[in-house]
Amino acid sequence: MHRTGELYEQYRTMEQQRETASLGMWVFLSTEVLFFGGLFMTYTLNRSTYPDIFSEASKTIKLSWGAINTVVLIGSSLTMAMAVWASQVGKKRLLTFFLIATLVLGTVFLGIKSIEYHDKYVEHHIPGLNFQFEPGADAATNAHAQLFFSLYFGMTGLHALHMIVGAGLLLWLVKESVRGRFTPEYNTPVENIGLYWHFVDIVWIFLFPLLYLIDRH
Amino acid sequence: MSEHHIVSPKVYVTIFGILMVCTFLTVAAAKIDLNAYFSGLNIIVALTIAVFKASLVVLFFMHAKYSPQRTQLVIIASVFWLAIMLFMTMSDYVSRPWI
Repeated sequence: MHRTGELYEQYRTMEQQRETASLGMWVFLSTEVLFFGGLFMTYTLNRSTYPDIFSEASKTIKLSWGAINTVVLIGSSLTMAMAVWASQVGKKRLLTFFLIATLVLGTVFLGIKSIEYHDKYVEHHIPGLNFQFEPGADAATNAHAQLFFSLYFGMTGLHALHMIVGAGLLLWLVKESVRGRFTPEYNTPVENIGLYWHFVDIVWIFLFPLLYLIDRH
Repeated sequence: MSEHHIVSPKVYVTIFGILMVCTFLTVAAAKIDLNAYFSGLNIIVALTIAVFKASLVVLFFMHAKYSPQRTQLVIIASVFWLAIMLFMTMSDYVSRPWI
């Protein structure tokens, strides 16, 4: 089926049709809030149970990479928002430009994330893989530090997976926008994938302080 | 709202600027030992800034400010369900040693 922006029979107005698509996306994002919420819950509980070792483990992650990635990701949210605007006012070439910019920034984020993961690999901080928190660490310290790093990789990994899915969606948006498919009358995919991208940005806005920041002082 | 609202690039760039300032502030605040003044203040400051940043993204980048009320209700409901999970689970774990 090739949608171009005509009014479907079950809707009274274009506005109603548009709002329905947006509402559906928000309902999906609500399930995503609870999906990530389970991990945030687990993190909160374990952090309050083992505050000292979580603090020590958190300090081994490089703050600078996390801060740079925060700037990169919020920047990609700006270019995504600009892409939505370009599609609404019918600036087709600008739309393609902003979509590609978002894709590039998303890829930079994933690149930096892979450098961070590699650092953790070198430091023996990957749970289950010759894990050694620090030379001479006792069994309890290693066990609780592994708990922190399991959550670190679980949370940032699920987030990165969402970024990869988002990058795939952006590639498709770029292809369709080059074909000139999006117009002020029909830009639902741009708007809804935009909502998804901003949601992933929000998850990072919470991951950054929880994993990188709160034990730095 | 009957007319489809288009948010101008000026608004987006302004919000981006505020988000950048907040990111700088949260990193700067994390390096100061605020816990010396009040136990747990570092976490409170970091999460307050995060909630403020997330709210700006939802309201402006995601157009929640200009959305119909039923969409806004879905957004509030998602935060509400998350709060139920966090609050009830944590109150269980925290209160277990009390009995």
